[in-house]
This record gives sequence, C-alpha cells and structure tokens, in this order.
Amino acid sequence: MNGHIIVELAYLLSAILFVVGLKRLQSPATARAGNAIAAAAMLIAIVTTMVDNQILSWTEIIIGLMIGGLIGGISSYAVKMTAMPQMVGLFNGFGGGASALVAIAEFVTLKGQIGVGTHGISVMATVIIGGVTFSGSMIAFLKLQEWMTGNPIVYPLQKTLNALLFLAALATGIFALGVGHVGDPWTMFWILTAISLVLGVTLTIPIGGADMPVVISLLNSYSGLAGAAAGFVVMNMVLIIAGALVGASGIILTMIMCKGMNRSLANVAFGAFGGTAHIDKSQIGKRPVKRADAEMVAAELGYVHSVIFVPGYGLAVAQAQHELRKVGDLLEARGVDVKYAVHPVAGRMPGHMNVLLAEADVPYNKLFDRDEINDDFPDTDAVLIIGANDVCNPAARDPKSVIAGMPIMDVDKARRTIVMKRSLSPGFAGIDNDLFYNDNNLMFFGDAKNSLAELVKAIRELP
Amino acid sequence: MGELMIALYVFTLATLAGREVITKVPPTLHTPLMSGSNAISGISIVGALIVAGRTHGTLELILGVAAVAMGTINVVGGFLVTDRMLAMFKKR
Repeated sequence: MNGHIIVELAYLLSAILFVVGLKRLQSPATARAGNAIAAAAMLIAIVTTMVDNQILSWTEIIIGLMIGGLIGGISSYAVKMTAMPQMVGLFNGFGGGASALVAIAEFVTLKGQIGVGTHGISVMATVIIGGVTFSGSMIAFLKLQEWMTGNPIVYPLQKTLNALLFLAALATGIFALGVGHVGDPWTMFWILTAISLVLGVTLTIPIGGADMPVVISLLNSYSGLAGAAAGFVVMNMVLIIAGALVGASGIILTMIMCKGMNRSLANVAFGAFGGTAHIDKSQIGKRPVKRADAEMVAAELGYVHSVIFVPGYGLAVAQAQHELRKVGDLLEARGVDVKYAVHPVAGRMPGHMNVLLAEADVPYNKLFDRDEINDDFPDTDAVLIIGANDVCNPAARDPKSVIAGMPIMDVDKARRTIVMKRSLSPGFAGIDNDLFYNDNNLMFFGDAKNSLAELVKAIRELP
Repeated sequence: MGELMIALYVFTLATLAGREVITKVPPTLHTPLMSGSNAISGISIVGALIVAGRTHGTLELILGVAAVAMGTINVVGGFLVTDRMLAMFKKR
C-alpha cells in the first residue's frame, strides 16, 4: 500500500513538472530550463512505471529503449533547422504509432474478449486516433521532405469517401467489441486498424504544401489525444494529463495558423485555396515595375534611420538567413535601427522563421510578430521584403479579394519598400500583388541567398 | 465516483490548464513549443512499458517493444531537438 502511494505521488510530481516545464516556455530566457524540466518529468514517469510494474521481459524492453534512443538521438543532432517541420512530423507519427500499438497489444492480451465498456471503447478510440496520427504524419513528412508531391491530391467524392471510411472505422470498432455479434472480433479489429491507417493517408493527401503548418499542428494535437486515450486504456493519470496538455497545445497552434491564413479549419481540411479558379491571371506580372540592383538597394538602406526586414518562405527555401543577418549587422554598424518582422505563417511550421533567424544569431529581442510591429511601418524609412508575398499583399483590405481579411503586414505604408524575389509570380493565393507596382517600391530580382550576398558586398562599399 | 469519472475530470482540467499555459507562449517560441509538446506526447511510452513488461506472449511482446522503441524515438528526439533550438535563442 505504501509503495503504491509513493508510485502515485511520483506520477503526480511528473504531471506537475510537465505543466511547470510548459509554463517556462512562455519566455525565451526560461524556455531551455522548461524543456529540461519537462524531460525530467518524462524520466520520472518512465522510471516510476518500470519500478512499479513487474517487468518480465527486461532484455527486450532495454533493446527497445536503446534502439529508440539511438534513432531519436542521432536524428535530433543531424537534422537541419530548415528541415525541422518534417522532423517534428516524423517524431509525431512515432508518438501516435506508439499509442496505437499500446491499444493493439491490450486487445491481443485480452484475446479479443474485451467487452463493451470504458476500457473497450478506449482501446478502439486509441487505435483510430493513433493510427490516423501515425499514417497522417508519415504523409506530412513525405510531403515536406519533397519525397512526394506537395500539391493537393484530389479525386471525385473525396469528402464522401473520407466520411464513409470514418463511419466504417466506428462500425468495425463497435463490432470488435462484440456488439451484435457481427463477424469475428479479431477480424473486425484488424479491419479497424487498417481503416485507421488508410484514413490518415486520405485525410492528409488533399492538403497542399502551403497548408502544411496547419496539418503539422493538428497532427501534434492528435498525438496528444492518442496518448490521453492510451491513458484511459491502461488507466494511468500521468498519461491522461500529459496527453491532454499536448492536445490543447496542438489545437491552439492550429487555430493561430488558421487565423494567420484567414481560413477556417474546415476549409484547410477539405479543400485547396477557394475561388482562385475565376481570377484573371493573364495580367499577372505584365505591369511595369521599378527594378533595382544591389548598389541601388544598398544606397536606399545605408543612409536612413530605420529599416524593417520582412522574411518569408523564399528566405527559408534559399537558406539565406545568415546573409540577411550580415546585412542587418552592417546596417546597424552604420547606425541604422534594424528590426525583423515575422508573420505567423512565415516558414513551414508555426514559429519556424524565428528558429531560422535564431540559428543565424539574430537576437530574439529584434524579432517582432506581426501584431507588435504593424503600427511601426508608417514611421519606417525602408522595408526589405525577402521571399514573402501574400502576407504583404494590400489586396487583403479589399473585401472582394480572395484573401480579404487576411492579417497582412502593412508594409506599403512605409516610405520605401524593396521586394527581393525571383520573379513577379504570384504566391500561394495565386493572385497578383499591387505592392510590386507601387511608386515607392523597388524590385530586386534573384535568388535570395545570392542577392543578399551581393547586397552585403554593396553595403561594405558604401562611402 | 468511478475511476472513469475521475479520469474524465483529470483529462478536462488538464486540457484547461494546458490552454491557460500555452496561449501565453509567444509566437517566437511556437516551433520549440511544438517540438517540446511533441516530445511530451511520447508519454505513451509509459503505456508501452506496461504492456511490454507484463507479457510472455510473442505477439504482445513484439507489439509492446515496438511501441517502446517508437515512444523512445519520440521522447529522446523531441526533447533533444527542442534543446538544440532553444540553445540558439539569444538576447543582445
């Protein structure tokens, strides 16, 4: 009895430390310690479980821990910061997979005689959520890694088929519990497992590359829910608490991403960008623009008081964050006030751009999110936009536009804008950007990395 | 009050606590938040240890050990990669 109380108190301590650890993530100054606290909480939970349960198969479990630890450890050091979204997606899938396997093992242990009740329902729910998380995350990984097309894969009756698959999963789950004696519970259970895996794939393939931040966040939430459901299976409170925390976190990030793209979750989940079909694209890029080279841009930036950088997806793709930081340092050395404005959906997952800039040694107190910095643009001498498009498109203020109401950076209110881009091609929304044709805008064409390197040279040569 | 109801209370209150804590995380830290919370979702390793540890049956053991390995990848990889990112955040 006393031993049992100690075990429960250890689990309680673990749950408390998870919350404390997450709380420390509220500031960059305390975040690293917070992550360490959460890791300690995990260690306490694992050790407690191993001490509390009479483990019959130590060898096999230690082999499992070593294999997992080795793979996780090596990949976490090998991964590039630009590849972080797919890495998180992959880890996420393994978490969901682990939860599903726990439920499957439980079904096997009970020899298929699980019965209707909380326990049985939890097992089925864990298989569905865990299975969808696993296969959905694998598809997200393949898309982000560009091992499969990033374009939405669509086919007729897609939504109907997904709805039918979901209903089939529910039905087989109920039959696997022995309700109505439809079929053999084992057969039903394996069909349920297969359907869950297929459903994860069919739910993820129609979602396009630009919407990946939403999907990654949503799958993150699912992996937490799968963990919590597995907690109901083995009736372990720390599993339920930690799973619930992650579930909440993922949903909040999903909503922030949807808001940043001005779209509803249903819209992301069930279709590509709405309405682009009837836009006249023939005029895109046909109007005259003012072109600039590195020397002109250097002169525009080198003699003013304030400059704001707006980095976007193009900067991440070109891995040009180090060159951008050099430009920032050189301008600061000339007495220019330099800030970085980061839109919530810049990069390929929530907060991705901040990590890329941190990697390039840009201090975090120079990074501002859209809501913090948007009022500063009218008082800014020059704004340098690198590989961003839709998030700076003034068309968002036009109620008739497809991006109407999208939260944009009001860069066009600055005295001078300079857009660095490969061409005048439209962004993910598929529409032209009036910003490019403004009187006070200059276009600096080229690959972000090369152009920024030229700019570094040109600023150094300024008198 | 049955075990199920207690578990439901715990789940609901933990979700609310999570919402309170996480809405205050600034956008700068959203990627580390995601990878860190992702590592926490590897908590299913606790369930995996329970099912893998109690059995002699071959199939259950294979399933359990696979779950342990997957959970460990999630936990170890998740916390280490988060630490690597957070180490880069510096103030000036």
